[in-house]
Amino acid sequence: MTSHRRFAVAALFVCIAALVLGDATLHAAFAHNPFGAPKGTPEPQAGGIVGWLLAQQSAFYKQMSATIRAAKADGSAVWTLLGISFAYGVFHAAGPGHGKAVISSYLVANEETARRGIALSFISALLQALVAVSIVGVCAWLLNATASTMCSAERAIEIGSYALIALFGARLVWVKGGGFLRALQASMRKPQLAMAGVPAALVDHDRHHHDHDHDHGGHGHAHARAAHGDHQHHHHDHGHDHDHDHAHHDHHHHHGPGEACDHCGHSHGPEPSELAGPGGWRRGLGAVLTVGIRPCSGAILLLVFALAQGLFWAGIVATFVMGLGTAITVATIAVAAVSAKGLARKLAVQRDGGGMLVMRGLEFGAAGLVLLLGCGLLLGYVAAERVTCL
Amino acid sequence: MIGLLRRAAIRSALIAAVLALVGIGAAEAHPHVWVTSTSELVYAPDGSLTGVRHSWAFDDMFSTYALQGIETKQKGVYTREDLAPLAQTNVDSLKEFAYFTFAKVGGKKQKFGDPVDYYLSYKDSVLTLHFFLPLKTPVKSSQLAVEVFDPSYFIDFSFAEKNPVSLVGAPAGCKFDFQRPNDGTATAQRMSEDNFLNGDNSNYGAMFANKITVTCP
Repeated sequence: MTSHRRFAVAALFVCIAALVLGDATLHAAFAHNPFGAPKGTPEPQAGGIVGWLLAQQSAFYKQMSATIRAAKADGSAVWTLLGISFAYGVFHAAGPGHGKAVISSYLVANEETARRGIALSFISALLQALVAVSIVGVCAWLLNATASTMCSAERAIEIGSYALIALFGARLVWVKGGGFLRALQASMRKPQLAMAGVPAALVDHDRHHHDHDHDHGGHGHAHARAAHGDHQHHHHDHGHDHDHDHAHHDHHHHHGPGEACDHCGHSHGPEPSELAGPGGWRRGLGAVLTVGIRPCSGAILLLVFALAQGLFWAGIVATFVMGLGTAITVATIAVAAVSAKGLARKLAVQRDGGGMLVMRGLEFGAAGLVLLLGCGLLLGYVAAERVTCL
Repeated sequence: MIGLLRRAAIRSALIAAVLALVGIGAAEAHPHVWVTSTSELVYAPDGSLTGVRHSWAFDDMFSTYALQGIETKQKGVYTREDLAPLAQTNVDSLKEFAYFTFAKVGGKKQKFGDPVDYYLSYKDSVLTLHFFLPLKTPVKSSQLAVEVFDPSYFIDFSFAEKNPVSLVGAPAGCKFDFQRPNDGTATAQRMSEDNFLNGDNSNYGAMFANKITVTCP
C-alpha cells in the first residue's frame, strides 16, 4: 500500500460522499450562510444544468393550470396534463427536496441493495401523492377549508416530517456510530489481522467470530457470500439491529453480548424472499415515512386548482403520475448512491484493513448527514424548503 | 497501468455525477408561486422616500388556491369586502418574510413598518394584492435601492412588462434604473460567475431579485 494509492482511495471517498450527499451538502451550505452564496458548490458548468432544470420545471408547472382549464371543454387535454405532470415530477426531482438526500444517505448508511433503493423511492413517492390527495380531499373537498387552513396543515405536517428525519438520523447515528467506533478500535488494536485480510479470517471459524468486522469491511457482499459458503446463513440481515428480532430467525450463530453488535452496519444483500417478508420491508419503513409524509406544495396547488375547476379526479390522477416521475428521479439517484458505495467497497477490498474503517466511516457520515439535515430543516436553517403560507 | 487508467475513469465519472447531483440539488429550491409586481416608490413633499406601494398579481393556479373556501355573496364574484379577511391574512403572513422587499440607502438596510391600505382584487382569474409598505423612517438620499425577491425562492417575483416601476412625487431630477433578473438559464450563469465567486450580499433567491435603483441630484 503506497501512500499514492492511499491518496487515490481517499480522493475517491470524498467524491462518493459528495455524490451521495450532494444536495444535503448544498443545504448545509445554505444553512451555515443564509445570506451568502453557497460555498464550495459547483464548478461553473453546473450553473447551466441548474438553470435549465429550473426553467423546465417552471415551464411545465405553468402549463398545468392552462391545461386543466382546457380539459374542462376538451377531455383529451387530460392526457396532456398527465404528460406535463410526469415531466414536472421528473424535473422536480423529488417533491420533498430532501427526499433524495434522506433515501440516499439511508441506503449508504445501511448497506442496502439498488433494488431496495428503487422500491423505497417508489413507495415514498406513492405515499407522498397519497398525503397530498388526502389533505386536499379532506380539507378542501370535504370541509371546504380555506387555503390558509390548508397551508397550516401542510406546514404542521412538514415540521413533523422534519422532526422525523432528525429522529431517523439520530437513530442511524446511534447505530452506525457504534459500528464506526468498533471499527476504529479494531483497526487500532489489530492492524496486522486486518492486513491479513479475508481468507485467514474466513477459514477459521473461531477467528471468523472474532474478526467479523474485519472480513466484512474488506468484502463486497457477493464475495462474502461465495467465500462464506456453508455459513452464509449467518449473514442475513446482521446489520440492522433494529430488526434483529425478525431477522435472526435463521441465525444459528450465537453471539456473546458484546459481540452481537459487531454486525451492526452491514447486511449482506438480502434475498428477494427476505425483501418481500414483513421484517424486510419494515427496515425501510422509517426512510419511506420520513420522506413520504411531506406532501409536495406543487401537488397541493394542482389539486386545489383541479377541484375548483370541477376536475378533482384529473388532479388526483395527475398527482400520482407526478409521483411516478419523482420516483424515477429519486430511484436513479438512489441507485447511483448504492453503486458508488459498491465501488468504494470494491476498491477498499484491495486495500489494507483501513478499508473497513473507511466503509464504516462512510456509513457513519451518511447517518450524520441525515441527522444534520433533519435538524437544519427543523430549525429553519434550510429556508429553501419551507412552505410559504400567504 | 490499466488499473490506474480505470481508476482515473471511475473518478472522472464520479466527479461528473457529483456535478449533476449538485445541479439537481440546487434546482430543488423552486418557485411554487409566481407574482407579477407593479411597484411605486412614494415620496413625501420634502423629497424623502416614504415607502413602496406594491400591486402583486398572483399566477392562475395560486389565485385559485388562495380563494379556496372563501365565502362570497355571489358565486364566482369576489368583492373587496369578500376578500378583506384574506387580505388581512396575507399582510399578516408577509411580515415573517419582510414583505419580500428590501431597501438600502447608502448600503444601510432600511426597516419597513406594517402595511397600510391593503386590499385584494380579483379580475379575470387573477388575484392581486395591493398594499403600501411604509418605511419606519422616511429617508432622503441621493442614492437608494429597493429589491424585491424571495430569498427562499418559493415565490418567483417578476415585474410587469408595462410600467413596472414608477416614482410618485419624487423630486425633480430623480431617475430610476430597473434591473430584472434574467431567465433561468442566464440567471444560473450569473449565479456561477458572480455569486459563487464573490458571493457578498447575496443568496440563492437574490439571484432572482428585481432591483430598483434611484439616483437623485
